[in-house]
Amino acid sequence: MSLTTTMTDDAQIVKVNAERIDAAMAIQFKEDMRTETESGPDRVILDLSDVQFIDSSGLGAIVAAMKQLGSARKLDLAGLTPMVEKVFRLTRMDTVFDLYGTLSDATAPAGANS
Amino acid sequence: MVKTFACSFTATNLDARSGISSVVTQLRTLGIPGARVDEVQIALTEAVNNVVEHAYEGAAPGDVRIRGELYPERLWISIQDAGAPFPDGELPEGKPADVSVATENLPEGGFGWFLIRELASQVQYERTDGSNNLSLCFEIQVTSPPAKV
Repeated sequence: MSLTTTMTDDAQIVKVNAERIDAAMAIQFKEDMRTETESGPDRVILDLSDVQFIDSSGLGAIVAAMKQLGSARKLDLAGLTPMVEKVFRLTRMDTVFDLYGTLSDATAPAGANS
Repeated sequence: MVKTFACSFTATNLDARSGISSVVTQLRTLGIPGARVDEVQIALTEAVNNVVEHAYEGAAPGDVRIRGELYPERLWISIQDAGAPFPDGELPEGKPADVSVATENLPEGGFGWFLIRELASQVQYERTDGSNNLSLCFEIQVTSPPAKV
C-alpha cells in the first residue's frame, strides 16, 4: 500500500497509489491512513483516481479512515472511477461523503454564493 | 452455445485476488461489456471474501473453485468451497446498511450480501457432501452477439 500526501493551504491531499483497495489490503490502508493523517488540516481529500476496484472491505476501510479523523475533521473523496463510484452509490455511502469527480473539483475555490 | 471456464485457488485474500482477476480476464475475453464485468467482479469478490472470512474461519484455508457458464443472455458463476455451512443453512438476507446515522456509528462492514443481491439477478445455494455451492446469475448482453444457430 502506498499513500502520498500533498499539503495545500487548507487541505491535505492523500493519493492512493494502488489499483485496488480490497480485502487483502484494507487493514493496511486503514493503518496507513491513520499514520498519514495523524495531524494536519481539518480537511483531508482522498484522491482515488488510480483505484480501479474497491470491495466492501475497502469501503469499510475508507469509512474507518474518516471515523479516525474525529469529529472536527472531514474526509472528502475525489477522482472516483466509475466502478468505485458504483460501490459508493449502491451502498448509499455517496450520501455520507462529499464526492468530487476530479481532484481539481475538490480543491476549486467555493462558489461566489458561499 | 455455452462457453465455460473454471479456476481454483486457496482461500486467502491474496490468492483470491489473483483468482478473481483471472476470472475477470476471462469475462472480458468473452466479450462481456466492461461495466457489467465490474458488477460481476463486485458480487464475485464479496462471495469469495465471505468464503475466506467465514467458511474457513478458524481452519486452514481450503480451496475455492469457481466455474463460469456463459449462455447467450446470462452468465452463471458458481463458487464452491469445503468450509463451514452458512448459519442455519441459509443465505444472509443482505439488508442495506443504515448510513443515516452519526459518523461514529457508520457501518464498516456488512455490505457484502447486500451488494451480491443487488447485482446478481438470481442467487442459489446448496450444501452437498460437505461443500457450499453458491451460484450467482447475471443477465448479460455480449458486445458481439453470438452467431445464430
